[in-house]
Amino acid sequence: MSLSTVQVASNQAPPQEPAVGGIEGRSPLRLVLARLRTDRVALASVAVIVFVVALAFVAPLIESITGHSATITNVDTGTDANGQPLPPGTGGFILGTDNLGRDILVRIAYGARISLLVGVLATAIATIVGVVVGLFAGYFGGWLDSILARIMDVVLSFPYVLFAIVLVSVFGSSLPLTILVIAFFSFAAIGRIVRGQALSQREKEYVEAAQSLGAGNLRIMFVDILPNLVAPVIVLATLLIPSAIIFEATLSFLGLGVQPPTASWGNMLSDAEGVGFQAWWFYIFPMLFLLATTLAFNLLGDAVRDALDPRTERIFAGRRKKKKPA
Amino acid sequence: MLDVVPTPTSAPAPDVLLRAEEIVKHFPIKEGIFFKHEVGSVKAVDGVTLEVRRGETLGLVGETGCGKSTLARCVMRLFPLTSGRLTFDGADLSTLSRSKMRPYRRGMQMIFQDPYGSLNSRRRVGSIIGDPLAIHHMADGAERKRKVQGLMEVVGLNPEHYNRFPAEFSGGQRQRIGVARALALNPKLIVCDEPVSALDVSIQAQILNLLEDLQSEFGLTYLFIAHNLAVVQHVSDRVAVMYLGKVVEVADVKDLYATPRHPYTNALLSASVVADPDKARSRDRIILSGDVPSPINPPSGCRFHTRCPKAQALCSTEEPKLKSATGDAASHLTACHFPVADGEKLASDKATILQAVEGFLAEAPT
Repeated sequence: MSLSTVQVASNQAPPQEPAVGGIEGRSPLRLVLARLRTDRVALASVAVIVFVVALAFVAPLIESITGHSATITNVDTGTDANGQPLPPGTGGFILGTDNLGRDILVRIAYGARISLLVGVLATAIATIVGVVVGLFAGYFGGWLDSILARIMDVVLSFPYVLFAIVLVSVFGSSLPLTILVIAFFSFAAIGRIVRGQALSQREKEYVEAAQSLGAGNLRIMFVDILPNLVAPVIVLATLLIPSAIIFEATLSFLGLGVQPPTASWGNMLSDAEGVGFQAWWFYIFPMLFLLATTLAFNLLGDAVRDALDPRTERIFAGRRKKKKPA
Repeated sequence: MLDVVPTPTSAPAPDVLLRAEEIVKHFPIKEGIFFKHEVGSVKAVDGVTLEVRRGETLGLVGETGCGKSTLARCVMRLFPLTSGRLTFDGADLSTLSRSKMRPYRRGMQMIFQDPYGSLNSRRRVGSIIGDPLAIHHMADGAERKRKVQGLMEVVGLNPEHYNRFPAEFSGGQRQRIGVARALALNPKLIVCDEPVSALDVSIQAQILNLLEDLQSEFGLTYLFIAHNLAVVQHVSDRVAVMYLGKVVEVADVKDLYATPRHPYTNALLSASVVADPDKARSRDRIILSGDVPSPINPPSGCRFHTRCPKAQALCSTEEPKLKSATGDAASHLTACHFPVADGEKLASDKATILQAVEGFLAEAPT
């Protein structure tokens, strides 16, 4: 092993490579997107979500086209001669009116705004807090971990509806309070997962390598470890959105969330309480939207999880079975 | 070697880059559900004194679990020392905090054993190699990219692969990434923790040659850890042999391989793989009895006395100091009360297991 062979050996690598220029690694994100594109359930879920988001965006447009406000009652046109709500398709109300003569379509569109706002914002706050708390607990360990992990356990075992009732009765209900309450009860779900992952990641050799380079704790946590946690965090966050939407609907249904006359799917269902079978459109449409939206987010979350970890069998199981000779 | 009569004072004082004095690293073993209390400790490194001279390669050998990697991490100050003194380039690093340690890390870098685990699989190669530059605020933006691509070229990687992920490289290429990262800060000392043992044999030579090239090009000093004796012989100027947390013998590479003094070194060398089957058959294997004792409760006196063919009563009571045996060069230090003399054969008896196998074969019906 003289120096002459050395030169050959160490200079061999580049020429062996295929022609250079424009070769770039496919990032994990692109790989995930490519896998998602082949997943019909994921595409359908995205379509539903896009539809609901679009509905939320064009809510004012729907309002101006139909001329029906989401909050102001249409005294003349919204009810029939006996003062009863109109069924879907009558009098220019596509989805009918409620007992105050308000257009259910317009209210659902505005309710979508509330649901998405609460779902996304509460999830964002919960994710950020959960990731930070989980990373600190898992990376540092010791007494800090003991304290943070116990706090998360307490939060997870809290009777959240009772807690929400207490909070609302003390502070009065408002949208920001609703979002904060939901975020508070959701962060622990992410925090626990992140903590567990951080615990295992901090033992990896790349962390030691970063330490040997002189990286500080914060840099190791957020530049080195966090990218390795992106997959579980994305999946959990996607799955948190529907639970936050349902949480908001539950609170609003109980009268603790979004207050009337502001429309929310939860308080629309609350309005429909006791209506019975006569005015089915009162509850069917908000329920359908709530169901479709949460189902879409849940299915998308599952699909993202499968796409992030191709080893899970769920999507491809069927396809593999077909290949097997009978 | 024997005709050289050493006069310790005549040798010029070597230019020592890194000096480790009585380095001790014990890992506590804790028990208890709520209140943990220490019930013992793993004595991974238990009083190691070593010096690494500027520009040399000091090989560090020993079997699995003898504390080589722990010593490397002690030298890199990846965890606090239990006790001992660590001097690097004149500065005492033994008790510095992590943030105080940071400026010194520019002078010492590490190459890790596992080319898979030591690279963050979620980060692009360019950002991995540029990490030290970013941490030490040495270069930003386009300048960092230019420097990283220069480093990639130096270690034999294609600079066009700047944006790739580690998973898109082979084991050897990944180890080159690790080497480039270690070089980024232009360090004086690189601690190589078994840099080739995870690699394919054909790739091992490439990486070893790369390390040699870089040493002559940048005037690097290596602390080279390995358990492959052939590799260590090839790369090292001097070699230190470790057993159970202690250095048992240090010598220039030629001295150590020609006249190993410590019985353990003899056993270790006799266990190395010889490529020639005839030589392999004719040489004497020293097969030690028993296993390596637990580092939780190491033997008294000389740690090797429980397995040493030459052990006497003194060995179990008094711990031998590292000193130059009679007739050896001053640089050849052995920690043994009864060092192996020239021509002495430790392997006169074949190991019991081999005898048993041969006996079985002789008796077997044909």
